[in-house]
Amino acid sequence: MKVNYIGKISEENLPAIFVPYFLEAVHAGFPSPASDYIESPIDLNKHLIKNGAATFLVRAQGQSMIGSGITNQAVLIVDRSIKPSHNSIVVATIDGEFVCKRLKLKPRMCLMPDNPDYPPIFINHGQELEIVGTVTAAINKF
Amino acid sequence: MAFALVDCESFYASCERIFRPDLKNVPIVVLSNNDGCVIARSTEAKRMGIAMGVPWFKVRELFLKKNGQVFSSNFTFYGDISARVMNILEGFVPKVEIYSIDEAFLDLDSLKQNYNLYDFGCHIRSLIRQWTGIPVRIGIAPNKTLSKIAINEIKRRNIPTSVLHLLNKNQIRYALRHTPVNKVWGVGRKLNDHLNAAGINTALDLAEISPQNIRKKFSVVLERTVRELRGERCLNIEDSISSKKQIVVSRSFGERVSSLKALKPIVSNFAVRAAEKLRNEKQKCSQVSVFVRTSPFNKNKPQHSDIKTIKLFTPTNDTRDILMAAKKGLLPIFRLGYDYAKAGIILNNFSNELIMQRSLFKDPNEPKENTKFMRYIDQMNTYENQIYFASQNIKRWSPMKQNMTSPKYTTNWYELPKVN
Repeated sequence: MKVNYIGKISEENLPAIFVPYFLEAVHAGFPSPASDYIESPIDLNKHLIKNGAATFLVRAQGQSMIGSGITNQAVLIVDRSIKPSHNSIVVATIDGEFVCKRLKLKPRMCLMPDNPDYPPIFINHGQELEIVGTVTAAINKF
Repeated sequence: MAFALVDCESFYASCERIFRPDLKNVPIVVLSNNDGCVIARSTEAKRMGIAMGVPWFKVRELFLKKNGQVFSSNFTFYGDISARVMNILEGFVPKVEIYSIDEAFLDLDSLKQNYNLYDFGCHIRSLIRQWTGIPVRIGIAPNKTLSKIAINEIKRRNIPTSVLHLLNKNQIRYALRHTPVNKVWGVGRKLNDHLNAAGINTALDLAEISPQNIRKKFSVVLERTVRELRGERCLNIEDSISSKKQIVVSRSFGERVSSLKALKPIVSNFAVRAAEKLRNEKQKCSQVSVFVRTSPFNKNKPQHSDIKTIKLFTPTNDTRDILMAAKKGLLPIFRLGYDYAKAGIILNNFSNELIMQRSLFKDPNEPKENTKFMRYIDQMNTYENQIYFASQNIKRWSPMKQNMTSPKYTTNWYELPKVN
């Protein structure tokens, strides 16, 4: 009898067989009567952050915004997608530094601290001011 | 019918600038793991002539003398910023392919016919800039290969809006004529030499050859490229929801390694890291490859490189199984008498973690299925490595030699940027 060699069988060319198991376990017994009423716990992110991709957290230094309730070392939530308006609390860069102040558009544009001990920052000719984002909340730890 | 390629400008350097307004217009370079080579440069650093991939020690003196700012790589931070950019892009069109950490293709076909794509590109650019601080370039063209060409044109012509729409035949022709063939997507150094030898120097030269001829003389892949250069669409937007198909963990060694005793723990480290990444992707793999190679720069020394693939009967993502396979693969390829410079682990053939794929026959090496145990280890190792496997070399795993890393501004509560 003639025999033709076809090839050898190795574990590599054995066909794989897919057998899906159940993805969820089924528990027998009486279900908890509360299970229909369970709500997920409060998620601060959901309430404090509207646009995650554009939101950054920064840490405030100093007392210049104490009048708005921003204490030293408070964590600020900054949303870069919100366009600031007159009286918004903003994070801005001026002279290569980050500052958090209240934006005043009138009578003359300036960055106003919320503490009488600190002077307002006016933008002089040649100085560059860039508004990074609007502060939407402050977290103070006591 | 158009695709857009969104490409972040000098991505790592731009990230470093987000929380450092003082670095505006300052040259920035970012170094590779262990601070070996320059892996990213800001425009200013490029202008200084700092080449991509150059060893840091070679340019250090010049760069620092000119008041450049250097950073060790901070991939935690770059990864977070990248995810934000991609997230924004996904809000614009339903089909987005995340191509790399700083590039994504958008399918613009779903937009209304009369949409002005150039204006749309400008809108995306300004929004990403405002929301994340990252500047992007946007190349819009009929297909992927041409959108890459458009990005190149933005760089070459220094287009101030950083957006270019290759709308008609003439614009495409003009762009192709000015693109050297090695800048065409998929043309590597070797292929470039072959093409140059055949008198093909620009992308336009390549586009003017009939695809059939290219297929005969080169390959089907290059034929596809030629068809795309001619305006056809051969490559589609790949669903970015589909998970990774391969995980590679590989690194060049600081010093040459010539003994199995020294090599084993290094390969074990790679295997442990690869398994971690695999679990992170919620996948299991059924193929583990190990490779080793000597340094091609060490021309006087004998050269050796080899790869061995181990197939696993049952898919796994348990570090212990991957370690076992890595050991099984390393032993037959290691040879005495060679100075190895690099090794790596490649995981392939993925399947979803939740779907059990049982064989009808008993697996001789039944994988460990204690996923809880692995999860605990992963949790403990989240911030720093605390749990090791016995075959790892802890000393080698010790913190990387890099001391110029910026804070993890966006992912660590204690490293938030400061404002006054």
